[in-house]
Amino acid sequence: MSVWSAILLAALICLALKAIGYLVPPKVLEAPRPARISDLLTVGLLAALVAVQTLGDGQSIVVDARLPALLVAAGLLWLKQSFLVVVFAAALVAALLRLAGLAA
Amino acid sequence: MSAEREVWREALGVVLATSAYGVSFGALAVAAGLDVWQACVLSLLMFTGGSQFAFVGVFAAGGLTALPSAVASAALLGVRNVAYGMRMSPVVGGGVWRRAAAAHFTIDESTAVAISQSDPRLRQVGFWVTGIGIFLGWNATTLIGALVGDVLGDPKTWGLDAAAAAAFLALLWPRLKQRQAIAVGIAAAVVAAAFTPFLLPGLPVLVAAVVAILVGWFNWFGRPDAAATAESTSEVAR
Repeated sequence: MSVWSAILLAALICLALKAIGYLVPPKVLEAPRPARISDLLTVGLLAALVAVQTLGDGQSIVVDARLPALLVAAGLLWLKQSFLVVVFAAALVAALLRLAGLAA
Repeated sequence: MSAEREVWREALGVVLATSAYGVSFGALAVAAGLDVWQACVLSLLMFTGGSQFAFVGVFAAGGLTALPSAVASAALLGVRNVAYGMRMSPVVGGGVWRRAAAAHFTIDESTAVAISQSDPRLRQVGFWVTGIGIFLGWNATTLIGALVGDVLGDPKTWGLDAAAAAAFLALLWPRLKQRQAIAVGIAAAVVAAAFTPFLLPGLPVLVAAVVAILVGWFNWFGRPDAAATAESTSEVAR
């Protein structure tokens, strides 16, 4: 397998997976169980992405500047601050902690 | 009007935070042994970050003999886009070309921004602005990253990794109103973190999705389907 054929094969599979979701009949989402599963799947995926994006580093779990930044973000969300304020504050906290050498 | 502007701001915030990571993808791809074109084709055609990073990571670790595993990990990580496509299908509406384009722009971030909106119009705006915005930004920064490598510096210096985590949290926050959702959120986060050391990057998120599916299937922690009566302890226990 050449590098190019691997790249094209993998890309085609990923494209096909994206398309499959659009070919499932919409009625599937109307019954209570699929609707509930679909909603909870959303919550579960977002929560898992928060965890992995905050603590993951390849295949290891690390506590670094991202955790205090996320706690600040959570506090701002509690105070009903807007999306951009929350995201910018998190970046700022992490960048400053790293600049000051207080966290990795 | 102002609600629509808020969606634009939210979407563009996600676009900026996410696109910045294209620099690290481009740089990592070239460091792994791909050429600039190969890095760019991955971002153009595959266009799903987790799969792209997995492909490059496995290739970097194992070289030519690892190419089949690189393809397999990229494909497995792309499976969650099936769920995203199902969620987005009613949002984007009809038309073959429109749906084909939507399928390509269906990624974590466009889906997440879309589904966190309160009405169909805002969900559409969120989906297309985020999807197209990241597509443009991600491909541009992939090229930049591949060309100049890490000369631009580490995105971590600017706290962009923390910004991405905060963006996901901000999208999750409004959905944590009911007990069932909160339980699933906590369980999914714990499971994803717990499985991180044992699985390829991206797969812990899929395991966490299985938790959500199980809770949804059996309606654990939820209200009974039929009656809207107050939950009895026996329902909770069940």
